[in-house]
Amino acid sequence: MKAPEAGKPARAAYALVLPAWLTLGVFFLLPLAILLVISFGQRATYGGLEPIEDLGSYLASGKFLANYARSFHPIYLQILWRSIWMAVVTTAVCLVISYPIAYFIAIAAPARRRNLLLGLVVVPFWTSFLIRTYAWMFILRTEGLVNKLLMAAGLTSQPLELLYNDFSVLLGLVYGELPFMILPLYASLEKLDLSLLEASADLGAPAGSTFWRVTVPLTMPGIVAGIILVFVPSLGQFVVSDLLGGAKTMLAGNLIQNQFAVARNKPFGAAVAFELTAAVLALLFVYALYTKRKGQDVLL
Amino acid sequence: MTDTSVEIRGLTKRFGDVAAVDAVSLDIRKGEFFSLLGPSGCGKTTLLRMIGGFELPTAGSLRIDGADMTSMPPYRRPVNMVFQHYALFPHLTVEENVAFGLRYQGVDRSEQGSRVAEVLHLVQLSGFEKRQPHQLSGGQRQRVALARALALKPRVLLLDEPLGALDQKLRKEVQVQLKHLQRSLGITFVFVTHDQEEALTMSDRIAVMNRGRVEQVDEAARVFERPETEFVANFMGAANFFAARVREMGEGAIVLTLATGGEIRLPVNGTRYRPNEEVRFVVRPEKLDLRARDLARHGVPSVAVTVEERVYQGVSTVWTVRDAADERFVVYEQNERPFDEAARFDVGSRVFLSWNPKHAVVIRREASAA
Repeated sequence: MKAPEAGKPARAAYALVLPAWLTLGVFFLLPLAILLVISFGQRATYGGLEPIEDLGSYLASGKFLANYARSFHPIYLQILWRSIWMAVVTTAVCLVISYPIAYFIAIAAPARRRNLLLGLVVVPFWTSFLIRTYAWMFILRTEGLVNKLLMAAGLTSQPLELLYNDFSVLLGLVYGELPFMILPLYASLEKLDLSLLEASADLGAPAGSTFWRVTVPLTMPGIVAGIILVFVPSLGQFVVSDLLGGAKTMLAGNLIQNQFAVARNKPFGAAVAFELTAAVLALLFVYALYTKRKGQDVLL
Repeated sequence: MTDTSVEIRGLTKRFGDVAAVDAVSLDIRKGEFFSLLGPSGCGKTTLLRMIGGFELPTAGSLRIDGADMTSMPPYRRPVNMVFQHYALFPHLTVEENVAFGLRYQGVDRSEQGSRVAEVLHLVQLSGFEKRQPHQLSGGQRQRVALARALALKPRVLLLDEPLGALDQKLRKEVQVQLKHLQRSLGITFVFVTHDQEEALTMSDRIAVMNRGRVEQVDEAARVFERPETEFVANFMGAANFFAARVREMGEGAIVLTLATGGEIRLPVNGTRYRPNEEVRFVVRPEKLDLRARDLARHGVPSVAVTVEERVYQGVSTVWTVRDAADERFVVYEQNERPFDEAARFDVGSRVFLSWNPKHAVVIRREASAA
């Protein structure tokens, strides 16, 4: 076969990238564009979209931005702020739990156990997320497993309220997102050259110093990837807060879902959804710039 | 014992059933360039790693400058290591790499800068402070690793085959530089290598290791000229073994009967030997001569052999010959004779192998190694 001319990507290369672009276009960019258009509209009396008689005067009146203006109302800002806060806490807790686990699998555990342990991390994916979240309800409710054990052990006289509060929502979020933190951390820890840890010890650094000065900086790409993989879905979550939060805890995900399914205000739901997506894309863009500047691989 | 830098006693490291290092005892002197030489898997690196603290011994003890270091963690040992692949921190600049350990020695910030500049100057890398390791050549990285270790002023510097990744020409240069550096600094160097020439070029003393044990510890030239065991003789390239039997022993000489007939008198102290004991002796290839006539009557060792191969290599000629017992010998001959004489024997011709008796080294049967 003839090699393609230098400097000119072969036509075959474009052909190979085409399916990926098509998928991205049809299933991501196109819906996003539809979302954007809807978000500029107005809710009709019985749901759906109010037809626009005169596009010129509609745009001139500034009504197309009404949904966005409404989303900055303190009630909604509070929900958004709560969502961001929950996502941040979820991400932080996941990071703190996952790092030792990933470190153990990648470095401390014997090499022949590595695949088994990684398998165990992935095993929960074999069961639907919804079912696993329901399972948490059975574990946490007042007549649930935890309360039964606590009472049987005589530690409490009456059941604790473990369900339908911020704790249970956080627990569900952390539980669900944990593998998405462990896997990228494992990937970067596994590539870590262990002689660098020995060199650090040789130069006089105790274990803690070695961790902060060598291990953490060198696994930063995995840490950042894990943070993004956990933070982004946590921000849009609505199943967990619905089931484990008992509809008491309203998050941005619930707000959007409500606008579409309950309040039937599609334009407003679309506006909030678009804002959230834009924020996440901005975050990813910053990350891409950061890795490019550092000359590292972009993991996402 | 104040001149002992590293005192190793019965040091053993087992990985499962395998003893990587098997009851090694050594005294490494202060300020000497000491090499651990041996084939891969002989335990030299494991021994070095135990001195550095990266492996904990299964048994035995280790002292550095008199202080017990047997189970001391690496960061509390007064030794530093130059790793095989240098192990430079890729996220730090040259300067940051070299300064890495200074804070643990309580060197304050202002002094850190001058210490870094000093060692970088020593390894001729001034001006490279702000570079990242990936922007350096192999030789430069090796020097950064060296500077990083020397910045901490270790009592003992450990070097784990640090020249392995360099090309041949650069290697020769660095060998000489390292040796000079060691002389001028006066720090004890413990150097691991599998390359006998490298060990000979740089070392004051060499420990030849095999299967986790030390076969011989001696001054560099003695290891080369006076191997004590068959393994050392082989490893140092003196692979000409002659089988013989002790006939007469005296204070200053022994008389041996060669397996292929003939008697040979060697000027070694014979009191260690029993009559009729089977021994082997080695003569290095460059110390053997090929002659047309049997000189045994004149008191010169002489063994009848047949020329099997002749390889002309320009500076020297390598001859392979075979004796009556089918034993093979190699002879290196400098091509100092006139051209037509250099090829004086044809393949298949009957000639005599001879040598100066002083060059023969008697090696006992492997009983001692068991």
